[in-house]
Amino acid sequence: MAYDEKLIAALKSKAKTLRRDTIEMIKAGGAGWLGGSFSQADIITALMFHHLKHDPGNPKWEERDRLIVSKAHCCETVYAALGEAGYFDKKEYRSYGKFGAVLQAHTERIVPGIEYSGGSLGQGLSFALGEAMAARIGRPTPLYRVFCILGDGECNEGQVWEAVMAAAHYKVDNLVAIIDHNKFQSGSKVEDRINLIPMVEKWQTFGWNAVEIDGHNYTEILTALENADKTPGQPHAIVAHTVKCKGVPAFEHKNLHFCKLTDDMYAEAMAVLG
Amino acid sequence: MKRNFVMEPFGESKTMYEAYNEALVELAKENSDIVVLYGDFPRGAVGELFEKEFPDRLVDVGIAEANLITTAAGMAGAGKIAFTHCHGIFAVGRAYNQIRQNVAFDWLNVKIVMCNSGMLWAFMGGSHQIIEDIAALRAIPNLLLISPADQVETRKAVRAITKYEGPVALRLANPPTPTIYTEDLPFELGKAVTVADGDDVTIIATGIMLPDSLQAVDILAGEGVKARLLDMHTIKPIDEEAVLKAARETGAIVTVEDSSVLGGLGGAVAEIVTENRPVPVNRIGVRDRFGQSGTIAELKEEYQLTAGHIAGAVREVIKKK
Ligand SMILES: Cc1ncc(C[n+]2csc(CCOP(=O)(O)OP(=O)(O)O)c2C)c(N)n1
Repeated sequence: MAYDEKLIAALKSKAKTLRRDTIEMIKAGGAGWLGGSFSQADIITALMFHHLKHDPGNPKWEERDRLIVSKAHCCETVYAALGEAGYFDKKEYRSYGKFGAVLQAHTERIVPGIEYSGGSLGQGLSFALGEAMAARIGRPTPLYRVFCILGDGECNEGQVWEAVMAAAHYKVDNLVAIIDHNKFQSGSKVEDRINLIPMVEKWQTFGWNAVEIDGHNYTEILTALENADKTPGQPHAIVAHTVKCKGVPAFEHKNLHFCKLTDDMYAEAMAVLG
Repeated sequence: MKRNFVMEPFGESKTMYEAYNEALVELAKENSDIVVLYGDFPRGAVGELFEKEFPDRLVDVGIAEANLITTAAGMAGAGKIAFTHCHGIFAVGRAYNQIRQNVAFDWLNVKIVMCNSGMLWAFMGGSHQIIEDIAALRAIPNLLLISPADQVETRKAVRAITKYEGPVALRLANPPTPTIYTEDLPFELGKAVTVADGDDVTIIATGIMLPDSLQAVDILAGEGVKARLLDMHTIKPIDEEAVLKAARETGAIVTVEDSSVLGGLGGAVAEIVTENRPVPVNRIGVRDRFGQSGTIAELKEEYQLTAGHIAGAVREVIKKK
């Protein structure tokens, strides 16, 4: 599918803002999950600034699409997207991860726009499944769609596959799982621990309509999201091949999982994103 | 004021996790039955040593705590001494039934090391600060629960639980803690350490709250109050004799823990005292609320876990005598 170049340029520019604000947040908070925040930034951008039906002025709007970020340690790009969309004042970024902050070190539902309190990996897809099934009760067409972002390491958790089985069994086709497949977890490469590669076949075998894309290519992201709407009768998985720390070349492919920002790192990041 | 086995001043700060690693590396060289299982967690010295020297005795099961605990139980069933380590919140929170059914029920030789346990984990927030670990695990039959205070006690605890045949949970706090003990600290499972002698009141503390409790003893001494301080490193089975002696001899008790007072150390002490020798008990600990982001100092202040709060609780409990 061909998308308007202006749309793609606008999304890229938003993603740059999200990454920059993430750096500011991690600097202010003293630490954060840079790698996984950056790898999911383009997916979050495509969802929040194009694909999702939502209203920052009415965060509890009944018909809104839900975004459940199950890898909730990567809260910084989520907060950055919500702040950019106008769910809250960006000055909240400055207190990220601090005592008394609205923006805690893992997402919490009390924050406008946050649908899910995470931190315990492997549980978000079940929550998303519940939201998706609730949208179908007593209706010929679901009231809203539910999107869930998972980490690839997170897919080690058995509960992920319990939700995968249930969603396929109940043909929950208003549910889209997006796997941020950055090939790293906290301590190592995914393939060096519990290897889940190839990822996409696993979801297909479990009965999902699963595709693979480049998770930094907007045409591919938007196409996959649109195709999910056009394929009824199955839940959808988008295995997004991504790069941990994507966006600052000096950081890319390093596993800056949970890190502090040195002054040098901050300068390096700002040279590209500032 | 006489103190027992306490370094003056306190020694270098170190994390309990590091001390656990040091001890286990030594023990693993002595005892080929020791295996280590963990889940995408900082590998530490244990991970490195095992990968180099005993690669077949190390398993990373990935981010899968339920599988972690039950696989360890299987190894123990086959005669191994199986150590698991992961964040305390996910050992207790994600694998409670595995601990209960697969480890404790069958009295298997699994040592569940709960890293970053308790309220005092900076930054991470309420999803990660486990405040129910003591209450939840204390209710499981057959399971020992150990909560050391510093690096010296952690190393001794690791040695003792390796020797002990049966299921044990070891809770380790996240922040580096000052070394409070000298190497001659006697460590016996189930036996509280009398850290300070006194007859006016007893402070019963566990884990990372020991240094603050010692500081409270000093504050109180300045006011002429002679507080006894017990280090209850074994929360289960608790040293009933020491608790009852404290009740008898000092007539009032304050418990101190970095965990919820509901069913925690405070609950355990209150149960024994009310049943056998009722005396007033005040409890310092998290009072029925979740944690949040913040520095250790901010969290201690907010959750009333400072030496000042302990001393305050002591003054109050003495009035009730
Ligand atoms: C149940 C659970 N176990 C362990 C952790 C600790 N933890 C936080 S992030 C992480 C690695 C996650 O890897 P992945 O899902 O691949 O995320 P990403 O690399 O995108 O950050 C781990 C093990 C956790 N948050 N939850």
